[in-house]
Amino acid sequence: MKFSIAGLNKVFDSRIRLGIMAVLAVNDELDFNALKELLEVTDGNLASHLKALEKEEYIEVKKSFVGRKPNTKYEMTPKGRQAFGDHLKGLQGLIM
Amino acid sequence: MMKEPQDYLQDITTMRTLMERSTRFLSLSGISGVMIGVYALLGVTTARYYLCFQPLDLLDQGGDIFLAETTQMKLVLLAIAVLVLSLGTAFILSKQKAAKKGEQLWNITARSMLVHLSTPLMVGGILMLIFFSKGWLGFLAPLSQLFYGLALVSVSKFTFSEMRGMGWVQLLLGLLATALPAYSLLCWALGFGVSHIAYGIYLHYKYER
Repeated sequence: MKFSIAGLNKVFDSRIRLGIMAVLAVNDELDFNALKELLEVTDGNLASHLKALEKEEYIEVKKSFVGRKPNTKYEMTPKGRQAFGDHLKGLQGLIM
Repeated sequence: MMKEPQDYLQDITTMRTLMERSTRFLSLSGISGVMIGVYALLGVTTARYYLCFQPLDLLDQGGDIFLAETTQMKLVLLAIAVLVLSLGTAFILSKQKAAKKGEQLWNITARSMLVHLSTPLMVGGILMLIFFSKGWLGFLAPLSQLFYGLALVSVSKFTFSEMRGMGWVQLLLGLLATALPAYSLLCWALGFGVSHIAYGIYLHYKYER
């Protein structure tokens, strides 16, 4: 089951995924390195959590090139924003 | 495994910290604010009492220059020295503060802060160069203050929110100085000197202890 009784989203059980959503909620887009620096996680760890969020279509990946270096940027999808908002409401309900 | 209520509180705290850390540049050092204020006051004192600079002189005869070439050059050099010293101090102390927090100085928040500072500062700088080239020296101090104030207000969303207040202090003093040029040096000393020191001390006690 994807949602717990309080309306909390299981996808956001992981604090790293929650963190990714939080910073993408207040920044239009962020690249991999910026996310890594903010969340203080390893490459592999971050990549797997990003993959999971991408699979849920909560975030979108935009690949481009800066000169010849590939640059991957992440941004939140409307679906992701909705899910994140609902999760925050759920959290609010729990602690109020 | 069920999460406990304190886990959810921790979730929220983590999110808040992350949101703030990813949008606001918080490595700005309060101590550097104090030192910048001190440089500004030393600069103004040197201009006023050592170079005998009196802003009213500049506005006599409809804004024509009323200042010896050498004094003019000395004033420009003094202003540049104060600016370079201020930027250098802010850079070094902020770098130290970032290192203490285990962060890089140059990150996404530093970038967005500089982007939002650059528009008003660049336009203001160019306008001041134009005024300078025309010999309208009397309005240089108020102009620097006005554009610095605009820069602070516009950047306050991307660093400590207290910058908005300091920006408005500069704006009001800048307008006052434009209206009453005889007091422009005093306004400049209050804005760049006293208010930097006051806000620097406030930020230091609020965030750095």
